[in-house]
Amino acid sequence: MPHARLSPRQYLILGLVSICAPLGDTCLSRGMTGLPDITLAHPATLIAAVFTPWIAAGIALLICFFASYLTALSWADLTFVLPATAFGNVIVALLARFWLHEPISLERWAGIVLITVGVGFVAQGPSLTERPVAHAPSLAETADMGKEQA
Amino acid sequence: MTIPYPAPQPGFWAATAMIAAIILASTAGEVLTAAAMKSVGDLDEIRAHSGLKGAIRAVLTCPLFFAGVSFLALAFFALLFALNRLPLSLVAPASASLTLVTNAIAGKIFLKENVDRRRWTSAVLVCIGVYLLAH
Repeated sequence: MPHARLSPRQYLILGLVSICAPLGDTCLSRGMTGLPDITLAHPATLIAAVFTPWIAAGIALLICFFASYLTALSWADLTFVLPATAFGNVIVALLARFWLHEPISLERWAGIVLITVGVGFVAQGPSLTERPVAHAPSLAETADMGKEQA
Repeated sequence: MTIPYPAPQPGFWAATAMIAAIILASTAGEVLTAAAMKSVGDLDEIRAHSGLKGAIRAVLTCPLFFAGVSFLALAFFALLFALNRLPLSLVAPASASLTLVTNAIAGKIFLKENVDRRRWTSAVLVCIGVYLLAH
């Protein structure tokens, strides 16, 4: 399996995918709960929310997540990358436990174990579905496609 | 700083609709984005050949990418909207865990990914795990 093994650099990118998404979501949640109710009648308030500090920080983290996510998707399957995203929740829960000394209930420990086992399952398999070589566009063909569209 | 808690909680169906909107939009967005990135090719390889600009251009000249991003943006605003009205402990686990399963299904149908028993097991385990963790 040519794609079964990932390089350390690719693991680093999967790590960024994991950590940036839950941290970004946490910032968004912190920002949104501090705002008054938003209704569909006043959609402009939703736009204004984007410029508050917590939400801006959350968006910056999510942009970082998105760049690494796109890179990961360019060499791995969606069903391989998504469990890595979920693994970030485990990292955040462990940070909360050992850094912020927040208690973790039995249910949450069970969740941590299930996610870790699930990610382990996927990580042991190939990262990319193997396809007949003829159908995979080469780098040169992709560049040509780009030129045609431009 | 005091954080005023959002006023009255929406009913069951309103909450379901808000979460379903997030799940539908993000599944469509992720599948389209994944398809776009597969059509672009290995970004690390492209960057090695034509630099960061070349990699960014390769992504930005792919129409599928914009379709994907539009749906992801829709999912993002649906998430902001839902977080403002529902507790995070409901929105986060429900949308994150269910999206994993809908993506496994969509990945198999639309992206023709090899979702073998290992990946199904993982999708279900992670789905339950995310729910338990964030609940």
